[in-house]
Amino acid sequence: MKTLDIQNVSFAYSKKGPQVLKDVSFSTDEGDLIAILGPNGVGKSTLFKCMLGFMKKYEGRILLNGDDISGMSHKQIAKRIAYIPQSTHPVFNFEVLDVVMMGLTSQLSVMSSPKQEHIDEAREALASLGIAHLEHAGYGEISGGERQLVLIARALVQKSKILIMDEPTANLDYGNQFRVMQRVAGLAKNGYTIILSTHNPDHAFIYANRVVMMYGGKVIADGTPDEVLDAELIRKVYGVEVMVNNFENTCRTHKLCVPKDTEF
Amino acid sequence: MTEQKTRHVPNYKLRFILLIAAALLCVLFSFAVGRFPVSLSDVIMVFATEIFKLDITWDFATWSTVINIRLPRILAAFFVGAALATAGAAYQGMFQNPLVSPDILGASSGAGFGAALAIFMNLGPVWITAFAFAGAVICVGAAYVVSRLTKGSATLSMVLAGILVSSLFTAMTSFLKTVADTEDQLPEITYWLMGSLAGADMSDVIFAGVLITAGIIPIFLLRWRMNVLTLGEDEAKSMGLNPHRLRLVVVACATLITAAAVSISGIIGWIGLVIPHFCRMIFGCDYRRIIPAAIIMGGAFLLVVDDIARCMATTEVPIGILTAFVGAPIFAYLLMAGGKRS
Repeated sequence: MKTLDIQNVSFAYSKKGPQVLKDVSFSTDEGDLIAILGPNGVGKSTLFKCMLGFMKKYEGRILLNGDDISGMSHKQIAKRIAYIPQSTHPVFNFEVLDVVMMGLTSQLSVMSSPKQEHIDEAREALASLGIAHLEHAGYGEISGGERQLVLIARALVQKSKILIMDEPTANLDYGNQFRVMQRVAGLAKNGYTIILSTHNPDHAFIYANRVVMMYGGKVIADGTPDEVLDAELIRKVYGVEVMVNNFENTCRTHKLCVPKDTEF
Repeated sequence: MTEQKTRHVPNYKLRFILLIAAALLCVLFSFAVGRFPVSLSDVIMVFATEIFKLDITWDFATWSTVINIRLPRILAAFFVGAALATAGAAYQGMFQNPLVSPDILGASSGAGFGAALAIFMNLGPVWITAFAFAGAVICVGAAYVVSRLTKGSATLSMVLAGILVSSLFTAMTSFLKTVADTEDQLPEITYWLMGSLAGADMSDVIFAGVLITAGIIPIFLLRWRMNVLTLGEDEAKSMGLNPHRLRLVVVACATLITAAAVSISGIIGWIGLVIPHFCRMIFGCDYRRIIPAAIIMGGAFLLVVDDIARCMATTEVPIGILTAFVGAPIFAYLLMAGGKRS
């Protein structure tokens, strides 16, 4: 069964306003790592908001393991999909461990607080991402890359098998981008379904097994990165001339994308 | 991954024990200080006798001062301080803004107008309290309705609606002051607006105490969930929390306890803003610790300020003035210290 099945979704913020999403359809399987590409303002975040049940007034259907999400509560959706937003500076400087435990919200009853077993669970999640030493650090005081990993740990504690990530590498330095992406790829190998938006075609080539290219609110390409992402598509969407060539990595050959040399 | 990030974990249990001990000392000393001096041992003996039915070893004036005069006032100060600090902490979390105070939605302005109206109509003290309470609830209710009718972010429109409605009520209070009798009504309104616990008796304490306890219990039970909502609405939803429902419950409870507090004390500023910040400095940002800390620290703080109000001059100084005198410099210090840290 498809873990997530998006069928002909269209969305406009107001009745007379322009359609932000136009007849978007794609579906995911367990273990997929899907990169959603597209220029700024193309509707990637809006699509995520629909998938997470923040926006209810879309046309079409979104199925979660075969069940329509339109009738589900936030709690029911949270048990199946976890959202990893772009890491922003928090208003209150919580301890990292407290932030991770917030992922337990959908599992705890309304009036209760986390117990020792939940603390252990949160510690385990931090350890699995290699940041166990940060548990008592202030969430507002650690680096952007570490914050992103903390948010991933929080999503693991939530125990939802589908992860939606909004530009997980935005605002990260070169090293942190790859550290975060490698952890994400590891999660996909362990059976998570991951849908992330990115602006870097190379991340799609290196880590994703599928690319969904959005342009003008529509899906204009859907397939494996090596098949779909070519110079022509990138020129059409981003308006830049690039070369897409094979690259011999240590274990396999994959494509990479670099800007074409031009006369300055 | 540098060393400075593995920081020392504070011993919160010890800090709570110290806080509770300090609060108990404040309570004990508050019975002893005042115009009529009572020794600490007499204070303890009076209570020991009340509880264990011992032989009476003091004069009636001592007993009457401790039980009839100081006990209700101390209870009132503690309840009001605890209520304002807890409401402040709750509002700050719900609006994701550490600079919010309990009167953000107009509770104080509404209470002020209600009290002024009761005084203007020459009603008794019980009615003043009742009108103040009703005024606060009506004002916040109006702000909530206005915010639901506007578009845009829920928190922003609530704060804006609060400012709007509370300035309307302040204007109505000012109007009442201009038409009030200048001999006795105007001074009474003015004094009420400055805040004082001088008139608090046992019936006030029971009225406010029951409402404040009833409002604090749900906030206390929901305190862990409040952490989640401080991250913002969308993140809270994605973790399975219903932000509108939680905010409605917490804001309603915080408003109830603020209204109950100001209806017996008049308008006392600063506590709801400063005490939650103090709590965060000592106990971190986790609402599981902030709420109990705010209850104890808020109560003890207002108790000390009220002691000063009672003893500072021959006539009582309105407590609202004192909290501003003490609160504003403390807040300035907190802002500067916080600025250095981050």
